[in-house]
Amino acid sequence: MNRETPPIIKVKNLVKQYDKLTAVKGISFDVYDGEIFGLLGPNGAGKTTTLEIMETLRQKTSGEIIIDGLSVDKNPADIKAIIGVQLQAAGYYPSLSLVQLLELFSGLYNVDINKKEVLESVGLVDKAKAKFKELSGGQKQRFSIATTLINKPKVVFLDEPTTGLDPQARRNLWDLIKQIRDMGTTIVITTHYMDEAEVLCDRVGIIELGEIIALDSPSNLIDNLINQGFERKTEVKQANLEDVFLNLTGHEYRDQ
Amino acid sequence: MNNPPKKYNQFRAMMALAKASFTSTIHSPSAVVFTLVFPLIFIVVFGFIGGGVFKMDVAIDSHIDKNSPIYQGLVGSHSVNIIENETDQEVESQLEKGKLDAWLNIQNTQPQGKPHYVVSLKTSKASADKAKMLKLILDDIVKSMNLSGIPKQEDVAEIRSTEISGRKYSTIDFILPGQLGFALLSTGVFGTAFVFFGLRQTLVLKRFFATPVKRTYIVLGEGLSRIVFALLGALFIIVVGYYAFGFTLIHGFATVINMLILSALGLIVFMGFGFIVSGIANNDNAIPPMANIITLPQFLLSGTFFSISAFPVWLQHIARVLPLTYLNDALRRIAFEGAGFQDITKDLLILVAWGIVIYIAAAKTFKWE
Repeated sequence: MNRETPPIIKVKNLVKQYDKLTAVKGISFDVYDGEIFGLLGPNGAGKTTTLEIMETLRQKTSGEIIIDGLSVDKNPADIKAIIGVQLQAAGYYPSLSLVQLLELFSGLYNVDINKKEVLESVGLVDKAKAKFKELSGGQKQRFSIATTLINKPKVVFLDEPTTGLDPQARRNLWDLIKQIRDMGTTIVITTHYMDEAEVLCDRVGIIELGEIIALDSPSNLIDNLINQGFERKTEVKQANLEDVFLNLTGHEYRDQ
Repeated sequence: MNNPPKKYNQFRAMMALAKASFTSTIHSPSAVVFTLVFPLIFIVVFGFIGGGVFKMDVAIDSHIDKNSPIYQGLVGSHSVNIIENETDQEVESQLEKGKLDAWLNIQNTQPQGKPHYVVSLKTSKASADKAKMLKLILDDIVKSMNLSGIPKQEDVAEIRSTEISGRKYSTIDFILPGQLGFALLSTGVFGTAFVFFGLRQTLVLKRFFATPVKRTYIVLGEGLSRIVFALLGALFIIVVGYYAFGFTLIHGFATVINMLILSALGLIVFMGFGFIVSGIANNDNAIPPMANIITLPQFLLSGTFFSISAFPVWLQHIARVLPLTYLNDALRRIAFEGAGFQDITKDLLILVAWGIVIYIAAAKTFKWE
């Protein structure tokens, strides 16, 4: 993460008003170049709305968003060209093969790509000829992430990428997300799994009822809580049930 | 990685989209069934039922002048079965039931000097179609003889002037354009409605919106793929009709091209219905009933299986409002009569007018998300 340069994303006083509901109530935050930034919060807190406004997929009511110097109001098309977007649910022609879908997105982004390389980067080379609908949940998410990388974006947005995946597939996706960050891409991710945020995110913003109620690195937030005198009610063991599960079934990611 | 920023090319994005959409379409069983299988089944069935050639049963008066050029021409046209030795009463009753298509007498009223033939024709509404054909053929023969002043006794409407000199009018010549028109309507309405509803529901469209392609080009790309698919289907139907059932293509390849151009126009108009349905349907169960409301009446009333002149007048008025009526009519005239686009401007204008109305409605009802 690079704090020397100005933030790559600046969100100021963002408000989204639906008919009667104010989904986002004037939130502000910055995302730094090269970090994994997590938007955390319960369902309905306004995470996806915030994300979709940043992705230029949704109109905001007021406020300002700048991505890499471009305003979502004035240059939505330019922003689309430098971001990668992974939606919560799959959005691909189900009966097309992965290669055919990559060709489509190569055209949509106007970039020439090496399809094999792209599939390699997400571990789906052997599925090149498979149809999207034939993929497992984890494979679908990895392919979905592959399409976000086609235009070599500066920022990738991932909306709950691990929801519904088994523990092995989740861990596999975490590794992929870290790899993308290590290549210098900034990542904004939403999740409601705190373990995920703790492992992945350099900084997180916690959203509740349309407002940001905390904004810091996971370890600082934990330290702050402990400094307030917080203690876990039960004794913390050296392992948890997920460790047991992974120990028994292996860390190995399975391609069904 | 550091390519100089090139200007984004919407056309390239559109073509990539059209290609993907086309690939997706040919993998969709319902699209293939609607576009190819259904029309082919109808064509095969009707092709065999009709025995291929369209013939009229014509009873002749016992005193008919068999040496007259008109009679000779009629027999030479291979379009009629001549039936002799029927009593007046038999003729009358069979005409009423449609078992006979016409009764004919030809007399030369001036045996001396320049011959003057009187053609008496009795037809019935029971077989209005064939009666119309017979009149066309007679009219044509008379014209080619360059005779004038032959009074004709007619029961039914006016005669359209066409060039059908002695051509065999097969059932396939009527059925194929009708089926082609209906296939275009089905593909246009069902295909477009399901595809756009599906793309919206499965967030395929939303994913596209996250790329720099403009919405207009998304619609154009999807539309282009459907048009190419439907035209390939149309071409296939025409080719099968031509080689297997002797479908008439007056000017050969040029006629095929004209039919395809007309098909594209019809399809674009019908796709507008599909956009409307995809916009107002709340779930995919709502699409078939709505699409059927649009397609079924036209299937039955627009001259797909039988000429609308066979309907009672009030029904004909309804039929003459429907766009498929005009597409079918235009397709038949291009294929069989060899009409050019300048000859079918009325059909074209009505189709375009429908197109404008439909797309205004579609623009108001279409939903992106």
